[in-house]
Amino acid sequence: MSSVQIRDVRKSFGNFEVLHGVTIPIEDGEFVVLVGPSGCGKSTLLRMLAGLENITSGTISIGERVVNNVQPKERDIAMVFQNYALYPHMTVADNMGFSLKLRGAKAEEISTGVKRAAEILALTPLLDRYPRQLSGGQRQRVAMGRAIVRDPQVFLFDEPLSNLDAKLRVAMRTEIKELHQRLRTTTVYVTHDQIEAMTMADKIVVMHDGIVEQMGSPLELYDKPENQFVAGFIGSPAMNFLKGQVKVNGAAYFEGPNGVKLPLASAPANSDGKPAVYGVRPEHFTIADDGAEAEIVVVEPTGSETQVFAKLGGEQVVAVFRERHLFNPGDKVRLKPDPSLVHLFDDSTGKRLNS
Amino acid sequence: MADIALAPRRAKTEIREATAWEQLRHNRNWLGFWFMLPALAFLIFFLAYPLGLGIWLSFTDTRIGRVGHFIGTENYEWLWDDAIFWLSVFNTLIYTFIASAIKFAVGLYLALLLNERMPFKALLRAAVLIPFIVPTVLSALAFWWIFDSQFSIISWSLKHLGLITQNINFLGDTTWARICVIFANIWRGVPFVAITLLAGLQTVQPSLYEAATLDGASRWQMFRFITYPLLTPIIAVVMTFSVLFTFTDFQLIWAMTRGGPVNATHLMATLSYQRAIIAGQLGEGAAISSAMIPFLLAAIMVSWFGLQRRKWQQGESND
Repeated sequence: MSSVQIRDVRKSFGNFEVLHGVTIPIEDGEFVVLVGPSGCGKSTLLRMLAGLENITSGTISIGERVVNNVQPKERDIAMVFQNYALYPHMTVADNMGFSLKLRGAKAEEISTGVKRAAEILALTPLLDRYPRQLSGGQRQRVAMGRAIVRDPQVFLFDEPLSNLDAKLRVAMRTEIKELHQRLRTTTVYVTHDQIEAMTMADKIVVMHDGIVEQMGSPLELYDKPENQFVAGFIGSPAMNFLKGQVKVNGAAYFEGPNGVKLPLASAPANSDGKPAVYGVRPEHFTIADDGAEAEIVVVEPTGSETQVFAKLGGEQVVAVFRERHLFNPGDKVRLKPDPSLVHLFDDSTGKRLNS
Repeated sequence: MADIALAPRRAKTEIREATAWEQLRHNRNWLGFWFMLPALAFLIFFLAYPLGLGIWLSFTDTRIGRVGHFIGTENYEWLWDDAIFWLSVFNTLIYTFIASAIKFAVGLYLALLLNERMPFKALLRAAVLIPFIVPTVLSALAFWWIFDSQFSIISWSLKHLGLITQNINFLGDTTWARICVIFANIWRGVPFVAITLLAGLQTVQPSLYEAATLDGASRWQMFRFITYPLLTPIIAVVMTFSVLFTFTDFQLIWAMTRGGPVNATHLMATLSYQRAIIAGQLGEGAAISSAMIPFLLAAIMVSWFGLQRRKWQQGESND
């Protein structure tokens, strides 16, 4: 196990720069999730960490050692690929033991290593099978087993769950987290799924267009997004954004679209009349007599909660309630955001305005 | 539910028994038979019939212009004691073995090379196919000139380099003639092997190589443990075809040497042609051709068992 330091790393393909100076400190034993929409550079960064892509500038170090010019096999990392990349002509045991075999390990050493990893992942009965004979989840576990056998300094996961069906994905999520709690190996995990990021990470790094938008613990990102991108990316259903102006007229409030009045706990200094974006998470709406009037568009009961889509000042918003409201489309309700939990963003830069 | 809903309706409409003709008209197998008929006819007239006729002729003393009589295995007995026939068998085996082995090695090398990232890749790939596209007789004629005893460009070049003083008698010397026809066959056959293996190489997922890189494999180990095993099914197919084509080769030899000098390059196919068509002994020629069948069957059997789905290719796919 060791820490990983990514310092001002840039990557260009020809004249096209895809990473514009990324700095991420990763502590020993930490589970870090790189998350962002496709094309944000997260997979490229992971591949640079693995040594599959060159580093254009900046440094990556694993432990104390700068690995920019270190061969992938010397970096002491193991990677789980999105499509698993299992060798189709080798049994599960051979797949898992391949790296040890290449290292010139003795037969008994290989079989001990493979058995140990197989036990951790409950793969023992499958050791003689070929990848084709396995289900998606089993293949996924073999891919992880192959990584574990090597006992590396760092685990790298490249969207490992995207080929699995929804139910299995949830199960594997737990399994990977459990595995990390057991082995405590530094892990870098790439995904585009913010739920995966939220549920698994010690630290989330939100990336967008080749830069780091924000990093921090899942709840930090959820509760205090530094900008509108992070606010919109983390959380499902996504945060509602309403454009308008901050007004300080005695008490502070926010004038939303079509003059709809929304509460603010306090206004940032010198912000009277400032154009801004008002952000409120779906679960931070309540139904109250002093709320803003909204017209119900669609009601989606999920059983555990009710998602309500409504027009607020002409803009569509979504609210989530734990109660089972029996609304009908066209009904009028009064929605009130919790003023202590709303977010204010700069209209032009998207930066967070309130503390 | 559905049964209850349907029951009264069934009672209303009377169901007429379908006639045998109507049943036949809606029978998918009967229809399928008609769709298969053209292919079947083609196979029977152009493959099965000539093959059967050839085997039948080999048991007769038919000559051109004279109907023969059944003479049992007399033709074969005659061939058994014929030194030239045995020489042609030897030549064919040598020719097939050496040419196929080199075609495989060179073809695999070219395929690996063309699979790398390099400039003008598409152009190079197209260029590799050229020997395959040129009509055999045309390339044979070109080789005939290249290996000409008087005007050979090779002899000319070597003389000018001062390496030899006299022209090499390429197609007049028994050893040289064999080397020359084998060389020409390799030149012609490599593109087929190379392009087919290249197609096979491109089906190997790039992520397997990435995984192997991280597992610590060297370039050679990647070839030895990943590329080669994954390519074996394709290699089996390609080499079967290559062996069959080489074993039955006729055009190249006939255009370059006509089996000479002193029968040194006579293959079974050319000898059969010479005996059957030129000398007119159809029965004997047919017997030589038929004698190729066991060899070809053996080659097919080898690949048949080699080709049987390997264990790692079996099982359900979940993708």
